[in-house]
Amino acid sequence: MIVDGKRKIWKDYQKEIPDDHYFYVRSCIRQNFFPASEVMFLKIMRDELACDIYENEYHTTCSGIGYHCDVVPMETTMTVIARQFALMTEAGYKNYAASCITSFGLYSEVIETWRHFPDLLKKIRKNLKEATGREFEIPEYLSHASDIIYKVRHDIAAKGKYRLINRFTGRPLKVVEHVGCHYSKMFPHKGIGGAEYPYVLAGMIEAWGGEVVDYPERRHCCGFGFRQYFIKANRGYSIANTHKKFESMEPFKPDMIITNCPGCPYFLDRWQYAIAEMEGKTYGEDGHGIPVFTYEEVASIVLGYNPWDMGLQVHQVAVEPLLNKIGISYNPEEKYKGFNNEDMGHPEKPVNLKTY
Amino acid sequence: MGRLYDMLSKDIRYQEGMTACINCGTCTAVCPAAEFYKYDPRQILDTVQTKDESAIENLLKSDTIWYCGECMSCVTRCPRSNAPGLVIIALRSLSQDLGYFTESEKGRQQLALKRTVGDWILEHGYCVYVRKVSFENHPEAGMIWKWELENLDKLYERLGANLDGKGPGVLRKIPQESLNELKRIFDVTGGIERFNQIENKSLEKATELGLTDGEYFTKIYTTNNGNHMRE
Ligand code: SF4
Ligand code: SF4
Repeated sequence: MIVDGKRKIWKDYQKEIPDDHYFYVRSCIRQNFFPASEVMFLKIMRDELACDIYENEYHTTCSGIGYHCDVVPMETTMTVIARQFALMTEAGYKNYAASCITSFGLYSEVIETWRHFPDLLKKIRKNLKEATGREFEIPEYLSHASDIIYKVRHDIAAKGKYRLINRFTGRPLKVVEHVGCHYSKMFPHKGIGGAEYPYVLAGMIEAWGGEVVDYPERRHCCGFGFRQYFIKANRGYSIANTHKKFESMEPFKPDMIITNCPGCPYFLDRWQYAIAEMEGKTYGEDGHGIPVFTYEEVASIVLGYNPWDMGLQVHQVAVEPLLNKIGISYNPEEKYKGFNNEDMGHPEKPVNLKTY
Repeated sequence: MGRLYDMLSKDIRYQEGMTACINCGTCTAVCPAAEFYKYDPRQILDTVQTKDESAIENLLKSDTIWYCGECMSCVTRCPRSNAPGLVIIALRSLSQDLGYFTESEKGRQQLALKRTVGDWILEHGYCVYVRKVSFENHPEAGMIWKWELENLDKLYERLGANLDGKGPGVLRKIPQESLNELKRIFDVTGGIERFNQIENKSLEKATELGLTDGEYFTKIYTTNNGNHMRE
């Protein structure tokens, strides 16, 4: 599709994203696998941009992963979500920021369902009151944390130390963007740019100097599939989908991948390792993989934070080729050190996938 | 109308997900599950809208309804605003309510999902809890994961997490009063009932197959009879 056509679609799918004052709710999967990304989100929003992003310890999982594994019934999930909204209401906030895409999709769906079935909303209010004594308001604005980074992308670029430019060639880095399915596939109007051509990550890439790679399987699912990954016997589904994406993006020689979903960076990173070890196939340069990042990691790279503070050492696909292309200074000795430089040894090396 | 169709059509996901399917196959063309599994969402919607009781019963007892990844890619593209992914959620729900899920290999896996994701939600307040994601069960998580698990406390402190700690932050210990509220929500809204149903029906199936609890779990977590994928 020609670029002008896409811009028109993007214009049709704009959503309002408040500047400030958010109640922040964390993502289970991201906390477990990319713990530093949420740390960096809060650091950027609070320390760099002086925004009020509030969290408290009482929120829990939204139960969405359990819902999409079909072990948690709908009314239960709705009431757990109602409890999160109650915490927001009690803290005096109206803007809700979700770190998780599964949550974000589910919040959008639940709010929409309550709109269609007001009696169900009444029932959920009653359930919550009975179970917890709490009452809630529906958020005035529901944002995914990547919407918020999108909103401040130019501020980040202005403050940035680095751009997504290959310092050896002077050309923009080629960046694959992978938007989580539940960001806008169900409700295109809830996502920036809609479902077919979401702009949330593309906007960041452009603002930070990179070039977006348009490849055939751009919108294909990463292959999480909930039960299809969690159960060992089903994982062929998951790796096969990721494999399909990599085969499709390979001819475009991407320098990096940016994601906004909890599971996607994990699958796109780890399945590259598994494909390399099972088949000897690697998709990056010289036996490396294509490094995969969360949007907070990329924002932190642009802002010049220490790569080991933002958690790039917990990727299986080495990030160093990308850091070197941008010209980021980092200390390789620090990579696998703990708090206070404590020695933690080194991870074992994969057989086929080249790491540092 | 038949009993099963009646039950299905009471589910809000069914009402939201099914208008009228014209059998165009767009959902199947875009579906990641249809590409790898012997699975065709178009056919499922068609079967359901015939309201044929025995066909619906077969579906509820089959592997077919468990192939979907709930990615919702089909929802964007259906020209008639159906949501096959939501219809699947409704079918899976009914299959569990009626105890039919243990009749298929893929359906039986619900016990493993309940014992991991389901139980973690109530025990920890997270749907996944890092200390329980073992390298043994997740070799694909890589050498890096093995190293992470060996150095978890030191590493997560280095990364700014608050693993099992007090107050807010990444992977904080969720206060007991919040976990209690979560449990009460599950009690009041049918969450515990669903968990018990999965446990009880699975126990019946394990007994029928002559397997201990542990053997049954391993079997459902790891067995793939090889008949699910497209040629
Ligand atoms: S939600 Fe299910 S049926 Fe729909 S595209 Fe995804 S895997 Fe296929
Ligand atoms: S895309 Fe919609 S109308 Fe076409 S077969 Fe699928 S559900 Fe039916």
